[in-house]
Amino acid sequence: MQTYDVAENGLRGLNSTLQAQSKETNQTNWEVQNPKGSHAIAVGLDAPIEVTVKGSTGYYCAGMNQQATIKVEGSVGPGVAENMMSGTVVVEGDASQYAGATGHGGLLVIKGNASSRCGISMKGIDIVVHGNIGHMSAFMAQAGNLVVCGDAGDALGDSLYEAGLFVRGSVKSLGADCIEKEMRPEHLEVLKDLLERAGADAKPEEFKRYGSARQLYNFDIDNAAAY
Amino acid sequence: MKDMDTNIPRTVPIQSATFTNEINSEIRRAAATGIYDIRGGGAKRKVPHFDDLLFLGASVSRYPLEGYRERCDTSVTLGTRFAKKPIELDIPITIAGMSFGALSGPAKEALGRGASMAGTSTTTGDGGMTPEERGHSTKLVYQYLPSRYGMNPNDLRKADAIEVVVGQGAKPGGGGMLLGQKISDRVAEMRTLPKGIDQRSACRHPDWTGPDDLEIKILELREITDWQVPIYVKVGATRPYYDTALAVKAGADVVVMDGMQGGTAATQDVFIEHVGLPTLSCIRPAVQALQDLGVHREVQLVISGGIRTGADVAKAMALGADAVAIGSAALIALGDNDPRWEAEYQKLGSTTGAYDDWHEGQCPAGITTQDPDLAARLDPVEAGRRLRNYLKVMTLEAQTIARACGHNHLHNLEPEDLCALTMEAAAMARVPLAGTDWYPGKAGF
Repeated sequence: MQTYDVAENGLRGLNSTLQAQSKETNQTNWEVQNPKGSHAIAVGLDAPIEVTVKGSTGYYCAGMNQQATIKVEGSVGPGVAENMMSGTVVVEGDASQYAGATGHGGLLVIKGNASSRCGISMKGIDIVVHGNIGHMSAFMAQAGNLVVCGDAGDALGDSLYEAGLFVRGSVKSLGADCIEKEMRPEHLEVLKDLLERAGADAKPEEFKRYGSARQLYNFDIDNAAAY
Repeated sequence: MKDMDTNIPRTVPIQSATFTNEINSEIRRAAATGIYDIRGGGAKRKVPHFDDLLFLGASVSRYPLEGYRERCDTSVTLGTRFAKKPIELDIPITIAGMSFGALSGPAKEALGRGASMAGTSTTTGDGGMTPEERGHSTKLVYQYLPSRYGMNPNDLRKADAIEVVVGQGAKPGGGGMLLGQKISDRVAEMRTLPKGIDQRSACRHPDWTGPDDLEIKILELREITDWQVPIYVKVGATRPYYDTALAVKAGADVVVMDGMQGGTAATQDVFIEHVGLPTLSCIRPAVQALQDLGVHREVQLVISGGIRTGADVAKAMALGADAVAIGSAALIALGDNDPRWEAEYQKLGSTTGAYDDWHEGQCPAGITTQDPDLAARLDPVEAGRRLRNYLKVMTLEAQTIARACGHNHLHNLEPEDLCALTMEAAAMARVPLAGTDWYPGKAGF
């Protein structure tokens, strides 16, 4: 286990050290101490290493992650795992706005609640939230899956493209062009796999599926009120 | 119908200055289709511009440099504030961001070739970086846009600079759109979208709002790229003083200010013509902000929007810019709106010089299209050479003017070299009306 104290050694040294790890590194386990809400903790990693952050972080923790497994033993500020490409990010606490924004791949697990715009513009990432999510989540979401074990706020999936949304609890309101869809066996399989990987104690059958009605894909003046 | 009595003198038919033929045709088009007009390009309306300024040249009080013997340098370094590797350019004319998707593959390649031969940079656009443009561009600026289409850290690290796009002069406050006709298989794959849909690009970034967030976003980008490359912040010209100051506060190395004549691949005509500031009006406030913060020349200012000639380059730099960017002019140099395609422009209901339906993907010149047959019309090697030539001519023109004003570097051009032909231009550029020593707003006026 390698340790790095952010308060003592600074952010630049942390990221440059973690980014320097290669695929063949023997230093596969890292503990980040005293993050104290710092922004941009463990960003731009690209190696199959495991990083445990001992505390809460500020903006963009694990931003643009590739391959790495990053676990935050605390809560995270806005934009956790933004634009993640691959790997896994697990947040033990809550997440602020834009969790997983524009993520292209990998798995983001939030064991607490996520604030507004969770999964905004997601492009292939899978996000599992054990608790609730805020308003405008999955806005313009393009691909990937957003699984919510609790409730969803207003305007879920507004202007959605092809991302899949699964909510176990209530949905305060659906956004433009987002509708409830039939849960078929292939969706239950996807959901089962994600719940297992996220360590979520929930059954796929308890969820409802939402997706794009695809009515806004090409402009039609008769849909103007929806824009 | 009763014949007109030709013995009675009649007033000639008078066309309304309010309801012009152009306006009336748009009303009829809107009534027939029920949708606003979408087009490419920048503002077509006449606004105060660089043509409204003149250089004074040398006189008894200033002596000129010999045009064929005495050196006038043109180099510029962008990103000297924080980046470990600033961009060093031979000429202060860069190529503005234009996407693969909006433009064909050969057009992007030609831009890279031409810019590289001329010793300057080119810029990606919405949709990410293609291997072709990276390969053909010795200096490539990677745009970081609200949509984040194709955005990935590997390409980010391949870039020579990163341009955080907050806004665009053609549509400050508006997002982009790429209509279904241009969403080919490759474009769809790069943007993670279904083929053939009308693709919308978001108008603001998904994971930050406001200058305080921007500062943190820039920190993240620097951390991911090891503080190696410059970070530009591009804004559409609306509140140039405050936007420049806030970009500096957020940590920008370079501020790119894009006026309303700057082009877009496609947006609503009403947006292009009615939102934003003329390029001429935004330079002095931006420079003022840099000066007030004590970072003029430390944070470089790039001006774009309607730059066409070496005179425009020289005027922008005399007003305080460090460099300019061109988009529409570069496309014309490649072959856009060329008279050789007039018959086809006519078939599309347009004419040479007016063709702006770039969103429809039927560009006869093979530039604003994803149709393989049309795109094949553009030879990227030949088009790149034309762009190189054009950039060289602009540079020579700017040097000619600078020498005439007695300067051995384009950066030494200054507002005192200029006068204005109109009150509006004098007020916007804060240079004296020709033959006077005053301009509106100057004390004592």
